[in-house]
Amino acid sequence: MTLETLAEKLGLKCKCCWEKLKTTEIRGGYAGDLLSDVMANSHAGAVWVTRQVHQNIVAVALLKEHAGIIIVQGANPEKDTLEKATREGIPIMVSDLPEFELVGRIYQLLENG
Amino acid sequence: MPRDEHLEGIYYIQGRDFVDAGVVSSEIKKRLKDKGITEDVIRKVAVITFEAEVNIISYADQGTIQLFIEPDAITVEATDIGPGIDDIELALQEGYSTADDSIREMGFGAGMGLANIKKFSDVFELTSEPGNGTCLKSVVRLDSE
Repeated sequence: MTLETLAEKLGLKCKCCWEKLKTTEIRGGYAGDLLSDVMANSHAGAVWVTRQVHQNIVAVALLKEHAGIIIVQGANPEKDTLEKATREGIPIMVSDLPEFELVGRIYQLLENG
Repeated sequence: MPRDEHLEGIYYIQGRDFVDAGVVSSEIKKRLKDKGITEDVIRKVAVITFEAEVNIISYADQGTIQLFIEPDAITVEATDIGPGIDDIELALQEGYSTADDSIREMGFGAGMGLANIKKFSDVFELTSEPGNGTCLKSVVRLDSE
């Protein structure tokens, strides 16, 4: 499934790197707000769901080669975060849903193809 | 003990410079990819260098990370000038952290950094002189699984 398909099905708002949505395939996901946990346990190709909004999430997503980042509960990524994400080519999307519900829906979509 | 001929790069890190957190780790990752190092090893070194980099930024005045590429292993040496670690055994415990609120608000300071570095290393050495600084050495063998 591409990021574009996921964004359409879940009503995600893309905040940067729109051009990457069509071509980025998702290989699983990871949910977490502790950066050490995400660094140690997430994998390449995952879509990362988090409540964190500061620019360090871009560094983590870049190092782990995530497909993209989805920020929950309608939180706004900081200006520096979007600038960094744009430079590094990391799509950031926002969902109004709480983390639990969003993760459940993403999981279902990925499991059911 | 890696020799100078294996020294691939020395990277400087400024304390409290959270804006640049991850820059050194990214550069090291690119360097390893260019050298044809396997993905498994790069994954481990990425975690190790990121945690070491963030530790220097979070807790030290300044520091360096040295990258050595030997025929059979990658060695990362992170050295800093700063308050050092009073109790290394305690610092290695998962969940133990001396991070202040500003660090935790960014998602750092979970107390997993050193434990993660140790977990992903084949050889791990940590020494510190309270009041002066800390030196961390991590070796990842190229045949590591």
